Amino acid sequence: MMEFAKAFLVGGLLCVIGQILIDKTKLMSGRILVMYVCLGCILGGLGIYQTLEEFGGAGATVPLTGFGFRLAEGVMKEVDSAGFLGIFTGGMKAAAGGVTAAVFFAFLAALVANPKEK
Amino acid sequence: MQTTQKAQQEYDKMVKKASPNSPIFTNCLKAFVSGGLICAGGQLLLNLFLDRNFTENEAALCVSITLIGISAVLTALGLYEKLGKFCGAGTIVPITGFANSVVSPAIEFKKEGMVFGMAAKMFLVAGPVIVYGTLTSMLVGLIYFLIGR
Repeated sequence: MMEFAKAFLVGGLLCVIGQILIDKTKLMSGRILVMYVCLGCILGGLGIYQTLEEFGGAGATVPLTGFGFRLAEGVMKEVDSAGFLGIFTGGMKAAAGGVTAAVFFAFLAALVANPKEK
Repeated sequence: MQTTQKAQQEYDKMVKKASPNSPIFTNCLKAFVSGGLICAGGQLLLNLFLDRNFTENEAALCVSITLIGISAVLTALGLYEKLGKFCGAGTIVPITGFANSVVSPAIEFKKEGMVFGMAAKMFLVAGPVIVYGTLTSMLVGLIYFLIGR
């Protein structure tokens, strides 16, 4: 039960930071997503995000910072196994599952759904 | 007279700051609860996949794929947008928000064609995310290659 509370807390707080950014800086949501991915990736590279993941579980991996974190982990693992070339393959490999799923489901959705009247 | 006016203004400012109903406070509360619930749901899924003997990495990927699928269905039904109006960043920051940013323009622009409409506009937001995510990962990889190992 405790891990759900932790996931709720960490995930909720990451969303609050995003909300403050939206309200205070008028940043578009797209820019927030870009920021979050880069931030997660850098924190992952510094070895800080790992601690957050250990504590928050899905609360740290479900927000988009978790996607950036996965990129960082992927690229470092790939550098370990493939050396310099890993810099070119690690990030994309780690992103592959999520991006492919998004493309696949978006394609299906576009086939069956029509734009809503506004 | 002037000082009382000034005091009144100061007081108004203080009230505004402390008032719990200021929009930013309510917005943050909504974002906290909705984002927290999505992540707690993610944790539930993660536990389910871990119970089925997936490795941690596989389970995390399964969670992402499931959440992206759910978000696509809600987006196609027009429900995610309604949720988003209420939840704000709570539905933008999680991976479901990323999925929504891919699915929503794909549906919206399909009338402009399947190639330059649906397929191209799919990456309106996801494109920048992937571009800067990839570049940042290269930077992390390079630094790790040079000094981290």
